[in-house]
Amino acid sequence: MNDEPLNVLRGRNDLIVIADNVSPNSRVLDLGCGGGELLRYLHDTKGVRGSGIELSQDKILKCVKIGVSVVHGNLNDGLGEFPDKSFDFVILSQTLQAVDRPDRLLLDMARVGRKVIVSFINIGYFTCRAQLLFFGRMPVTCTLPDPWYDTSNIHLGTLWDFRSLCRFVGIRIFKEVPLNTRSRFLGTIWPNMFAQTCVFIIGEKKTT
Amino acid sequence: MSVDTNTSVGLVTPCDFLFGTHEADFLELDCGQKISHVNIRYETYGKLDAQRKNAILILHALSGDAHVAGYHADSDKKPGWWDEMVGPGKAFDSNKYYIVCSNVLGGCSGSTGPQSINPRTGKKYNMDFPVITIADMVRAQERLMRHLNIPQWLSVGGGSMGGMQALQWALDYPNKIRSVLAIATAASLSSQGIAFNWVGREAVMSDANWSKGEYNENLPERGLATARMLAHITYLSDESMNQKFGRRLREINEYAYDFTRNFEVESYLDYQGQRFVERFDANSYLYITRAIDYFDLSASASGDLSLALSHVKAPFLVISFSSDWLFPPEDSKEIVRALRSNNIDVVYCDIKSIYGHDAFLLETVTLNSLITDFLACRYEEVLNE
Repeated sequence: MNDEPLNVLRGRNDLIVIADNVSPNSRVLDLGCGGGELLRYLHDTKGVRGSGIELSQDKILKCVKIGVSVVHGNLNDGLGEFPDKSFDFVILSQTLQAVDRPDRLLLDMARVGRKVIVSFINIGYFTCRAQLLFFGRMPVTCTLPDPWYDTSNIHLGTLWDFRSLCRFVGIRIFKEVPLNTRSRFLGTIWPNMFAQTCVFIIGEKKTT
Repeated sequence: MSVDTNTSVGLVTPCDFLFGTHEADFLELDCGQKISHVNIRYETYGKLDAQRKNAILILHALSGDAHVAGYHADSDKKPGWWDEMVGPGKAFDSNKYYIVCSNVLGGCSGSTGPQSINPRTGKKYNMDFPVITIADMVRAQERLMRHLNIPQWLSVGGGSMGGMQALQWALDYPNKIRSVLAIATAASLSSQGIAFNWVGREAVMSDANWSKGEYNENLPERGLATARMLAHITYLSDESMNQKFGRRLREINEYAYDFTRNFEVESYLDYQGQRFVERFDANSYLYITRAIDYFDLSASASGDLSLALSHVKAPFLVISFSSDWLFPPEDSKEIVRALRSNNIDVVYCDIKSIYGHDAFLLETVTLNSLITDFLACRYEEVLNE
């Protein structure tokens, strides 16, 4: 369908990692699916049957334009209408920090999906730490460009925080892919310091 | 007047389909009665393709009719009720699809209803007309479908009561539809909706001219106009009324200190009421509002909407409007939840609008975009089979 399908993911390497980890012909729910680019890409390249949840009316129109099933909704309302394990994968990219209760959404995602893929923005990245340590200011980075008083990112955490939340609520982490690292070596040995974002593949403990 | 056939379906001629002329063909109704000699008035736009895969059924709301687009005569001042949505290059593209719209059973715009002649008595049915339901309307439409030799609708859709019929189609004939457009509608009418319908009917029935439905020259115009004015308020929103009328006075600079029309909003409602009585039958109004009251999709599954929809297959496009308080977005979300719980493909959009329930006739830009793209996908699917 697309000559260069990766282009539709607009160079977002977390989306590329997410797409790589989705199995062919699976059912995917993309939370905050935007204009449906990822779902369309997964449909075209992997035969995925997807649907999305999106808050913006304009983006919903874009989804429908490219044939992506999308439901107008707010992630803060939860995923109540979806039956348990009704999707093979539930995806949430760079949005967990913006919802009212990340812990509840995480549990809901793990209930609905056999596997959950989350890309998480790491406030423990060294330039964030440096801004706080040396300048005494809330960090502003390219993934977190807004000032503290006007940001939708109300629940920022480090990769450590994410891991301990998973442990606390009984969610198992299958895989971690640190991203946007200055060096692959540093990112691998110390992701909490050197990865700007990280893709986690997680799921309910009991189903494994 | 000359009609631009690049954007309009142009002049259209209504058709009639009569069935139930022998006993085996009578239409069985939910109330237990059977009705004979049923006429269905309908209009069609576009051409049925060779594989009969491009037929779409549009379903009208309470006061609508079969005339959804185009003109009946050059002298017509206004086109059909959803002309902005139906025609060449529009969402319901008459160059691409074969579009059918019929007047509902119980209506007063050509189809059999209380004003029709009861073949058993040779007189008008009036209140002897059986009480009909949304499912009965759909049954009659399914007869029309067979008559037109359409094996499956590419889509069935409509707003308000039209959406109710679309939902009923999905429930009763899951194999005969490929998709559903449920716009500004609900799986059942709310208590508030039933209450408004009751007051509307009371207004009609308490008009001295109504005479238990046996009116002739003296129509119960006051009663029907009052019912319409009340209903019209429920189609608007607080914001749209304030924007349109505010507290502006009509043709006067100060209060008249009387009870005539002082405010613009009063004059507007009066006008709407008057226009309505010119084209609508009071008894039909009673019957159709009753059908809306009785509509409850979940009733077949003891109130479990999700269970009721469990054998539905077709993908849905569900649309609500943010300021609609007669069929609020929450009603649409209930439908979406029930569909999702059955893993049915659904697109849902709550269109931001100030126009209240009437938005389904007014927000045509957004509606055109959503419906055009949704239908295009569905059509591609059936063509690829």
